[in-house]
Amino acid sequence: MKPLNIVVCIKPVPDSRYWDRLRLDPNTKLLRREGIPIVIGSLDINAIEEALRIKEARGGKVTVISMGPANTLEILAWAYAFGVDDAVLLTDRAFAGADTLATAYSLTSGIKKIGDVDLVLLGNESLDGSTGQVGPQVAEFLGIPHVTGVEKIDFVGDDTLHVRRKIELGHMVIEAKLPITLAVTAEINEPRVPPVFGALWATEKEAKQWTVNDVEVDKERIGQGGSPTYVPEVSNIELQRRGEVLKGEPAQIARQLVEKLRADGVLPGA
Amino acid sequence: MEIEKYKGVWVFTEQREGELQEVGLEILGEARKIADKLGHELAAVLLGHNVSHLADELAAYGADKVYVADSPVLEVYRCDAYAPVLEAMINEHKPEIFLVGGTSTGMDLAPRVAAKVNTGLSAHCVGLDVDEGGCLKAQVPAFGGSIMASITCAVHRPQMATVPPGFMKKLEKDASRKAEVFNVEVKLTEKDIRTRVLEVFREEAESKPIELAETIVAGGYGIGSKENWGMLEELAATLGASVGATRPACDEGWAVQEVQMIGQSGKTVHPNLYIGVGVSGIIHHLIGIQDSKVIVAINRDAEAPIIKAADYAIVADYKEIVPALIEEFKKLGNE
Repeated sequence: MKPLNIVVCIKPVPDSRYWDRLRLDPNTKLLRREGIPIVIGSLDINAIEEALRIKEARGGKVTVISMGPANTLEILAWAYAFGVDDAVLLTDRAFAGADTLATAYSLTSGIKKIGDVDLVLLGNESLDGSTGQVGPQVAEFLGIPHVTGVEKIDFVGDDTLHVRRKIELGHMVIEAKLPITLAVTAEINEPRVPPVFGALWATEKEAKQWTVNDVEVDKERIGQGGSPTYVPEVSNIELQRRGEVLKGEPAQIARQLVEKLRADGVLPGA
Repeated sequence: MEIEKYKGVWVFTEQREGELQEVGLEILGEARKIADKLGHELAAVLLGHNVSHLADELAAYGADKVYVADSPVLEVYRCDAYAPVLEAMINEHKPEIFLVGGTSTGMDLAPRVAAKVNTGLSAHCVGLDVDEGGCLKAQVPAFGGSIMASITCAVHRPQMATVPPGFMKKLEKDASRKAEVFNVEVKLTEKDIRTRVLEVFREEAESKPIELAETIVAGGYGIGSKENWGMLEELAATLGASVGATRPACDEGWAVQEVQMIGQSGKTVHPNLYIGVGVSGIIHHLIGIQDSKVIVAINRDAEAPIIKAADYAIVADYKEIVPALIEEFKKLGNE
């Protein structure tokens, strides 16, 4: 089968162990991520793994692309260590503050510059925003079809593939042709063991960094200014309840709880 | 974009094999209020093949208008077929607001449509409102804390949002309500569509879905291992409860995400009694359980958010508490 030119879109996400340190900036209403370590999302790793497996099976090239500030280079270095051939970072203040539409539009400009792409892979949703919107929108801007919720990819011909897509309590199998964008789920593969830390230093390759002037974009459609959605206000969610703490030995606590639940009339069969 | 030309509230009312999906009806209920507030009409958008008979049901749940796009190419959902049909409808009729249920279909379709018509889309909205200016405020919990972000799309139309199942309340069915039905001409043919569905497989749901359960025992990352998860299942069994889980517990493989995960991107539950074990209670999970009558939390960490969000909290190692609870609950059965 012919070799494929594969691009994987990855996103730096704040390490979930530090989520309690994230703050919304009261003025810009943007998430402040300063000082919070970034990591590569777990579904992004599945996407890279799948790209590498396809390349190993039929040859070709795997390029990862991301958008973000300079510290995003960390996850691109990680991707190199994982085995990708090339990495691109779209990095420019003009890209900052983008919503999903502006993000997808910007990433597409990078993918177009990479050129002649057969397959775009990404995680079905990111760990933080979890919107799952960028994949379908990148596909739209590239003018190619997409499938989300992908748990299996089988090539049945040079350009033809069967894609198993997860749906509620089941799946569907879709036949499609390259080029295509596929958003993958965790079921698609078991990623190889991540490289040991030393491998990070062993890699000599450095990601290409493209600014807004290196790609063809309509500057009205990128960054915060090019984003249709914004967050004019945030409010606290009141989810507080009684918070009555039951104390004592386990058996005492259990008895107390049963009495209270009985009084509230919420025990099954009551 | 001349946004003043955009009028009307639309809801994508998904059907599968001729059956309307519940979430579409739920959104119609909420959209009815928004349409009334704006003084606009509420339209249901129905795509499929041989589905026009569903229009009556959509009217009964609040739609003033039903747009029916009926064609063999729309029989089973494919984005490549559905998205261009919706794009054409939006460009012709110019709705102010377009709401889509957050099913596997909706999450695949809505972003593509939003990109086609170059507008904003808010994902996983758990609350909807309109401000004085008629702008939709889509409420989305922001991660990492108990904050609700109100997302607005000021200068692009339609204002789009996806809403997960279970968050909105459908209206009482009123069969006397009638809607005006419009048949949408579908020009698309099979050769315009780049994907084919070869197979659709759906498992029969084994037990009562968790969103209908009256008693739920849910476990989080704090359970620690698949072996310990068994203790949780034993607790649930003594109560005849369903077992739910947080996202991290599903990620660990202790529970099945698509049937057991509770929270913003999972199930919304409405039990009489919810017992969370080793659940820290980040906001994404909490908003899925807020309709519970009574919430019990068992967690070692007194600072875990779920402690304050619970009616009764037990700050202790669950491995000591759960066996005592099992014993106590067993006595109930013998009374």
